[in-house]
Amino acid sequence: MALLEIRDLHVGVEDREVIRGLDLNVHAGEVHAIMGPNGSGKSTLSHVIAGKPGYEVTDGQILFKGEDLLEMAPEERAAKGVFLAFQYPVEIAGVTTMNFLRAALNAQRKARDQQEFSTPEFLKRVREVAGSLNIRQDMLKRGVNVGFSGGEKKRNEILQMALFEPSLCILDEIDSGLDIDALRIVASGINGLRSPERAMIVITHYRRLLDHIVPDVVHVMSKGRIVKSGDKELALELEACGYGQFEDAA
Amino acid sequence: MKQVLPKADPERASGNVFAAARGRLPGAGLVPQIRASAFEVYERTGLPHRGMEDWKYTDLRALIGEVLPLAPRPDAEALVRAKVSAEQVSADQAVKLVLVDGIFVPELSDLGRLENELVVRSLREVLENSAPGDMAGLVLSTTSDSVISLNAALATDGLVITVADGNAVKRPIQIVHVATGASVSTFTRSYLQLGKGAHAAIVESFVSAERASGYQANDAIIALVGNEASLSYIRVAAAASDAVNISSAIIAVGARAKLDLFSMTCSGSISRYQGFISLAGEGTKVSANGVNLIRGELHADTTMVVDHAVPHCTSREKFRAVIDDRGRSVFQGRIVVRPAARKTDATLTTRALLLSDQAEADSKPELEILADDVTCGHGATSGALDNSLVFYLRARGLPEKDAKSLLIKAFLGESIEEITSENLRDFVTAQAEHWLQAGR
Ligand SMILES: Nc1ncnc2c1ncn2[C@@H]1O[C@H](COP(=O)(O)OP(=O)(O)OP(=O)(O)O)[C@@H](O)[C@H]1O
Ligand SMILES: [Mg+2]
Repeated sequence: MALLEIRDLHVGVEDREVIRGLDLNVHAGEVHAIMGPNGSGKSTLSHVIAGKPGYEVTDGQILFKGEDLLEMAPEERAAKGVFLAFQYPVEIAGVTTMNFLRAALNAQRKARDQQEFSTPEFLKRVREVAGSLNIRQDMLKRGVNVGFSGGEKKRNEILQMALFEPSLCILDEIDSGLDIDALRIVASGINGLRSPERAMIVITHYRRLLDHIVPDVVHVMSKGRIVKSGDKELALELEACGYGQFEDAA
Repeated sequence: MKQVLPKADPERASGNVFAAARGRLPGAGLVPQIRASAFEVYERTGLPHRGMEDWKYTDLRALIGEVLPLAPRPDAEALVRAKVSAEQVSADQAVKLVLVDGIFVPELSDLGRLENELVVRSLREVLENSAPGDMAGLVLSTTSDSVISLNAALATDGLVITVADGNAVKRPIQIVHVATGASVSTFTRSYLQLGKGAHAAIVESFVSAERASGYQANDAIIALVGNEASLSYIRVAAAASDAVNISSAIIAVGARAKLDLFSMTCSGSISRYQGFISLAGEGTKVSANGVNLIRGELHADTTMVVDHAVPHCTSREKFRAVIDDRGRSVFQGRIVVRPAARKTDATLTTRALLLSDQAEADSKPELEILADDVTCGHGATSGALDNSLVFYLRARGLPEKDAKSLLIKAFLGESIEEITSENLRDFVTAQAEHWLQAGR
């Protein structure tokens, strides 16, 4: 059984159909890359999987571990192991990163009937992960993403992913805004989380990220559909020829 | 413009109150005269109404109609109920002084724990032993505001606290007002004097006991903060949800002194907190902040007048309101900079968070600048919770209510974090959290 199974998904945003009959199967252990022109619906797909309000699913199904994901509240999805690293992480003034991480982690654990982490245990975990991502301790004391640079915000997303240990990670343009060194740090953080139990969907415009995080499957998305799937060579082909050849297929 | 006034005749109704209460009101020497003339001043206007600029959003005449009869002295049974409520609001380490239905109750108070650095007397004691030239006139001072005059006329008790020059009081002093009655009114008045270089923290809590309902509490505090002195004053009002709370603070701050004021209103059918702060000595810093937490059909009005009379003073004001259901929050803030007050640095911000479509926030910041070379500013905003933030938190596993609570707390924190004492900040935060929990 696939970890994530999307069947004939149709999604409307403000009376416009943005996802137009999308199918996708992702198995545990796999890394899927989704590439596609601006506005093709990649972020919309990631939002619908995470449960963001404001989208109307007019047809189709999303099953996660065999369960109907669309029936679940966003927090339920998170507790069950869905994680979205946002293309544009928001800033939350007045909530320190540390308090936010603790509240989120404990809420997920509570929903799974697991014991909450003790404070020392939690601090130790955060320090370890933050260290490996080159996130300074003083950033953890600031409001969530407040005053963070673009690259720091992206690293903060990966910090959360490492801490929450989700089974499905969706990374929406995690490489945008990252300098070369940060890209390497983030990619190695992500690679460190690859495991036979975990699947990843990596949304990107650039092959460079896929040199670091080598995908098992590459999909091309255009106008709300997956129009071609292939192995990692497809990314090279796209870089050479662009998306023009797929416009008609959509 | 012609004002259409409600049928009730407030003057006559409260005239009865004063006539009926007179025999019970403490005071020797000039006190009865002071009271009578304060009542005359009150009677000229009666309860404030929307035709008065300062009360335009809180038309007391329309909202409460009349002044209820004075509460009787609490009996033993009432004191038992009061004790329970008073214990629930204890600020950490504070020395508690408890007033029940407008009467100071030593048995419920921590008189034994009072530090030597301060002198505490009940208002009753001060007024009963008043001789001409004593401080009675000062303690019963009024302004042009009629509810303050009414308070001076009818105040039954309160606390008179003095801290001598150079003395620092370590533990906070918490004045707890407990209401136990139904459909009665209470009038309390306290006086606080900090000598030169003195330090003190005062917490004033308003709570209701079980079965208390529909009462009206009118409180006033007069504070004189000496040169180089520093006063932290925290007020938390949680009246019964069908009760009225009107509190006035008149505070004069001396030179190079510090005032750190915070007011939180989190319950009460109709609440009005009005502060009149005058910066009377140079180099003084005032930080005046507060929050209104409102749900149901409650109405809370916070009105602040910060009056810069002398040069080189700083005032900072941050007010926040969280309003749910059909609640209404009013914030009026006036900054006056008198001609002499050069180099004044004064700012004021108010923000309201509306949690429902029917919630209402009225904000009226005013700058009255009569001096040159000043830095003054104000800002007012209101809006709903940012859904993209709520979603981000939910996507990380926080249930919707928790996500919203976290964001509301962060919003309130903007004002609460201005409280300098960590201990008192925690006290206020806990009360705000209690309010949030109660709405779930
Ligand atoms: N809230 C919204 N309101 C209106 N239109 C929307 C909304 N969200 C998405 N859209 C539209 O849906 C389409 C798909 O947007 P989406 O953000 O999913 O594209 P994308 O593939 O992620 O693009 P990019 O590569 O630029 O990130 C776009 O045309 C966009 O304008
Ligand atoms: Mg996108």
